[in-house]
Amino acid sequence: MDFALTLGIIVIKIAVVFGIVLFHVAYATYFERKIIGRMQARHGPMEVGPHGLLQPFADIIKLFFKEDIVPSHADRWLFYIAPAIVVISSMTALSVLPFFEGFVIADINIGLLFILVITSISVYGIVIAGWSSNSKYSFLGGLRSAAQLISYEIAMGLSLVGVILMAGSMNLSDIVKAQHQYPLGMFAFPQFLGFFVFVVAAFAETNRAPFDLPEAEQELVAGYFTEYSGFRFALFFLGEYIAMLTMSIMVTLCFLGGWTIPLFMTNALPFLSYVPGIVWFLMKVYAFMFLFYWIRATLPRYRYDQLMAIGWKVLIPLSFANVLITAFIMRWL
Amino acid sequence: MEQMDIEKDLQTKGLILNMGPQHPATHGVLRLMLHLDGETVVKCTPYVGYLHRGTEKLCENRTYISALPLMDRLDYISSMANDVGYCVAVERLFGIEPPDRAKYIRTMMCEMTRISSHILWLATHALDMGAMSVFLHSFREREWLLDLFEMITGARLTVSYPRIGGVRCDVNREFLESLYKFTEEFPKRIEEYETLIDQNRIWLQRTKGIGVISARDAINCGLTGPTLRGSGVSYDVRKHEPYDAYDQVDFEVPVGKNGDVYDRYRCRMEELRQSNRIIRQCIKKMPDGPILADNSPELDMPAEGHRKLIPEMSLSHACISLSDECESIAPAGEFYSAVEVPKGELGFYILSDGSGKPYRMRLRSPSFVHASALPRLCRGHMVADVIALIGTIDIVLGECDR
Repeated sequence: MDFALTLGIIVIKIAVVFGIVLFHVAYATYFERKIIGRMQARHGPMEVGPHGLLQPFADIIKLFFKEDIVPSHADRWLFYIAPAIVVISSMTALSVLPFFEGFVIADINIGLLFILVITSISVYGIVIAGWSSNSKYSFLGGLRSAAQLISYEIAMGLSLVGVILMAGSMNLSDIVKAQHQYPLGMFAFPQFLGFFVFVVAAFAETNRAPFDLPEAEQELVAGYFTEYSGFRFALFFLGEYIAMLTMSIMVTLCFLGGWTIPLFMTNALPFLSYVPGIVWFLMKVYAFMFLFYWIRATLPRYRYDQLMAIGWKVLIPLSFANVLITAFIMRWL
Repeated sequence: MEQMDIEKDLQTKGLILNMGPQHPATHGVLRLMLHLDGETVVKCTPYVGYLHRGTEKLCENRTYISALPLMDRLDYISSMANDVGYCVAVERLFGIEPPDRAKYIRTMMCEMTRISSHILWLATHALDMGAMSVFLHSFREREWLLDLFEMITGARLTVSYPRIGGVRCDVNREFLESLYKFTEEFPKRIEEYETLIDQNRIWLQRTKGIGVISARDAINCGLTGPTLRGSGVSYDVRKHEPYDAYDQVDFEVPVGKNGDVYDRYRCRMEELRQSNRIIRQCIKKMPDGPILADNSPELDMPAEGHRKLIPEMSLSHACISLSDECESIAPAGEFYSAVEVPKGELGFYILSDGSGKPYRMRLRSPSFVHASALPRLCRGHMVADVIALIGTIDIVLGECDR
């Protein structure tokens, strides 16, 4: 009975998270188009529904009914599973992310590590997609992506070490609680180096501008998913947007204090403590999502070798320095 | 050791990437064969001709006047400049001197075309580099310009506005006022674009030192226009061989120094400002008077006061009779006439046998010459730079393939 209850709760949680995430992705595309549209002196979608609000559904229906084209010399089996790998890995990462106090599907002790592991699996999907399409553009896109994701994974992992050292735990809920104890309420201030490295790496990990080389449309048409169409294409898209969400949540949890707000703010304005945690959480997540859009509308794209140079010559040494400094301070001060 | 043996037996070969003719960044239907070593370009071979429409041959079977609309379709982004170039060439052949007002109108229109072409270039060039917002911001101004074109010519792209010996219709005060308003606003908009990319660290890294071509090489390649001026050669047909009213307006020819992508970008941005200046001067100095020379060929779209068709003949009838009967309508001989279109020097080499049609007309299109410089520019750069280089030489395949 007890077991069934627990299972039931978990299933409901999964359904809720799943539904919210899919809805979020649909409207993340809408907001991206709206926000970037405004930044570019145009309206964005306006036709489907009031202010184009039903546009995401129109897009989904369109993608569902498109012909599913498989290139004649493609490796069919790999071609089929590649988008699934991308989506599954990015979806699974959500299972350990707490949204607010106590709301998490699997509250495991190695949450942070689990996310790093599971998101890096998606690089397999990308490489397989690039390889199996049997197209040179896809192939180059896949190679670029593999190199990019692997090199930035290192920087990202190292940048989180500082957080782990300060929180003394890899459990994401504990990390949030640990931040709440700090006077400034956010690790972004003491861990500013780690924060910077993580943000840059997050852009690279999600293949977003200015690091969107694997899908640089002007060079490689669409990169690793050039040959995909219909719903398989949509799955890659879904994967990318979920990855963006995951990264935004990670930044919120590890550096921005999650669903808590700094103590000095609640001390100064006591009524703020009555605001539910999810509100702060979503505000922080969407502020970061906005940053993704903003950067995309503003910056040109890096070249491949420049990207690698930044990753290996700037970000990794920086995050190493951060780890050493944090460890030194935590140990002796 | 074993590893080494295996590698010795392995056959490796470079990747050959066929970029285009259907590719988002080849600006039309340019096809490039890239021999890659990793992502580095070892060899780049451009293939052109996918948009070949036989313009030169078509001209041989048309009268000088009816060949004019073909010129619109050369460089469809700056059709006005091509038309003016063609008209200037034919006027030089016939010895027609257009009236002053027509000259000023043409100069003004040419510079409008230059602005619209350059901002389209900026838009696509920036988009190729991933800077998306510049693209849409500059399209806003281009739209404004195209509306102005439409106001006076009735067409947005293929205008066919100039006539041999003048222009088709007069500009009115309303148009000049709205154009003046545009010129007042436009410098601010240029600054807006520059805010986005000019000092942007990524933009600088992507453009500085890329595709360097020395002044000597650039001249040897036959580059013209901003692509040549970026290398520091101050050559501009508008200055050196003035046509229309260019000798009566004051403007500078911006030149670069290093001959890289960034300098060419700076050159074009400065040209936007200079063009703006020229337009303002043209509006201020615009004289009154006729818009079509008295001795301009009688075949003309009926412009007010210039309908000189023989009463019983229809327009098409007159067309035919001109080419059949008027044997000595044009002076015989061959000559070359060039104008500065936004892309570079557009030349018309006309071989006239005295009939109303060119015996042979050869177009020296800047895009074709610039495309031929691509292999030299691309060598040793990366795939991403190839995209930047296609952008920087500013080619339009309609003009390249003719």
